[in-house]
Amino acid sequence: MTTQTKEAGAPSPAGEGSLLSVRDLHVSFKTEDGIVRAVDGLSFDVQRGRTLGIVGESGSGKSVTNLTVLGLHNPMFTTIEGEILLDGKELTTAREAELEKLRGNKVAMIFQDPLTALSPYYTVGRQIAEPYMKHNGASKRVAWDRAVEMLGKVGIPNPKERAKDYPHQFSGGMRQRAMIAMALICDPDLLIADEPTTALDVTVQAQILDLLKDLQQEFGSGIVFITHDLGVIADMADDIMVMYAGRAVERGTTDEVLRSPQHPYTWGLLNSMPRLDSDLGAPLAPIPGAPPSLLNPPSGCPFHPRCTFRDRVGGSRCVTERPLLAPDRASACHLTADQKRTIFVEEIKPRLG
Amino acid sequence: MLRFLVRRSLGAVVILFLLSIVTFLLFFGMPRDPALLICGKTCNPQSLANIHHVLGLDKSIPEQYAIFLHNLFLGSNGFAQGPCPAPCFGYSYHTNDQVWATLMDRLPTTVSLTLGGAFFFLLIGLGTGLMAAWKRGTLIDKSATAGSMVLGSMQIYFLGPLALAVLVYQTHWFSKPAYNEFTANPITWFTGLIIPWLVLSTIFAAQYTRMARSSMIEQLQEEHVRTARAKGMSRRYVFFRYAWRGSLIPIVTIFGIDLGSLLGGAIITEYTFGLPGLGQLAVQSVFFSDLPLLLGVMLFSAAMILLFNIIVDAAYAFIDPRVRLS
Repeated sequence: MTTQTKEAGAPSPAGEGSLLSVRDLHVSFKTEDGIVRAVDGLSFDVQRGRTLGIVGESGSGKSVTNLTVLGLHNPMFTTIEGEILLDGKELTTAREAELEKLRGNKVAMIFQDPLTALSPYYTVGRQIAEPYMKHNGASKRVAWDRAVEMLGKVGIPNPKERAKDYPHQFSGGMRQRAMIAMALICDPDLLIADEPTTALDVTVQAQILDLLKDLQQEFGSGIVFITHDLGVIADMADDIMVMYAGRAVERGTTDEVLRSPQHPYTWGLLNSMPRLDSDLGAPLAPIPGAPPSLLNPPSGCPFHPRCTFRDRVGGSRCVTERPLLAPDRASACHLTADQKRTIFVEEIKPRLG
Repeated sequence: MLRFLVRRSLGAVVILFLLSIVTFLLFFGMPRDPALLICGKTCNPQSLANIHHVLGLDKSIPEQYAIFLHNLFLGSNGFAQGPCPAPCFGYSYHTNDQVWATLMDRLPTTVSLTLGGAFFFLLIGLGTGLMAAWKRGTLIDKSATAGSMVLGSMQIYFLGPLALAVLVYQTHWFSKPAYNEFTANPITWFTGLIIPWLVLSTIFAAQYTRMARSSMIEQLQEEHVRTARAKGMSRRYVFFRYAWRGSLIPIVTIFGIDLGSLLGGAIITEYTFGLPGLGQLAVQSVFFSDLPLLLGVMLFSAAMILLFNIIVDAAYAFIDPRVRLS
């Protein structure tokens, strides 16, 4: 493992050279019940040409973080603190007009459900061409040709004709390909994919993942890949950040996090994955308890109410003191490094088979 | 598209046919004898029977209905008042005028009132609704919503006389409402109808404001709208191209219904401002137990509503590519 890989995904003090660096991001929503702290002190970096996988349960703040990067939150109810730097440029304080120039151009997004994420009222070709016209000042005709070219590139057969179709005339997999074509038409530096394969069946899922990898090779974009599927992340990501209750609880390269995970929550995630080679009758092993309410998150370590290892820390540190996430390869847990290693090797790994 | 139009038109004809039967039967269920209204002071059984015979009321109901249908499609020369070409609804019991000619005579008033009113209530209603949705949650939004609520709960018979009293009789800013033919003088046509249009539109605009606002807000939360924002389209572009397109369906639906029923006669507005349209005619026909006129107005109004229903359904296909006709 080279030093370069080591640093990737781990925030250096100023995030120099990173494509995207998020520093101590706090996002909270005002709701009728109170303030929801959806993201609570999050820092991470994304490098050009690399993929950062963000894993976590629903409501762990994965999607919110990335909507915030593009400024797509509702400013009326949302408070944002911290820094989001894209190529060194601060985005949290950027004006709407500046953000508009970045969206779809330098930073593009792919959403989960391509049926609802594409407008039913316009042709696929037009929807793909729009950002190209907007950001490159291209004429309708040039943009259309480019859209057809992109459709071909993402593997839509007969793109010239299919561009004239409406999204409802496409299959699920084709719609997601069209979404990808739309995201990539302006050659973005950063691609944020928010569960892009969740709504697709498994064979199509594999095709889409391969497509994304190929296109990343070609365009050299950085990718933030959000998912709750560890299998997908193992395939896609160079680095992994595990999120829980709006915080990063573990971070490292994909190899490190999946081969020697250090955080009890990551153990729980790995443990709850069904395996093809396990006994058919073997029960699934879910993480006990439910994700915490972000209105009123638990004190100390947010995972402590569900953690089976908390009595090994000793005292009440888990309840009173929030464990911090050190830079680089790290996990936010009060267990000592030795404890983490022995627990994983002796108690968790055998169960993973 | 053609198949759709043919199929729906045939359906409409069937509905009109059924409606004419129902109207016919209900008319003969009315306790009032139209002959008595015509007969006057010197009425005796002899003259009453005579009138019955002249009006054809001495025949059985099915027979009368058959004659009605025959006259409607083929016309008739059997009327004492003169010939009656198809579509013949006969002659009015009350005025002795040919019903179809009366309808055509009143139609321009109703069409002028409807189209002008529709123009203003769309302009005011949708404009306010869109502005409220754009400025959602602000003071502008709240006052637009509250204002449309207040105006929408007003009644034409209250607002109409009020507007007349203040804007016409007191300040003399506007001329007295009247129908002048557009072809004769477009300016007097406009000045004569502007007050009825505005009063009509304040009542109708409120529902368009509410609907435009709520469906725009709903559309703006759609995922495809967020996608459009995420690819860098401006707020204005997304608002008018993406969200507006999705809001059109409910608006067009209500607009079709409103336009259809207004073309059948805006009874209260016509009475309030003394405009001789189809609405006045409808009330008259019931009041004088005037069967030919009643049938004429009923079927004409129903035909308008059906026509706009078909137009609305055809419009869906243009608005939403997922809708396929036929």
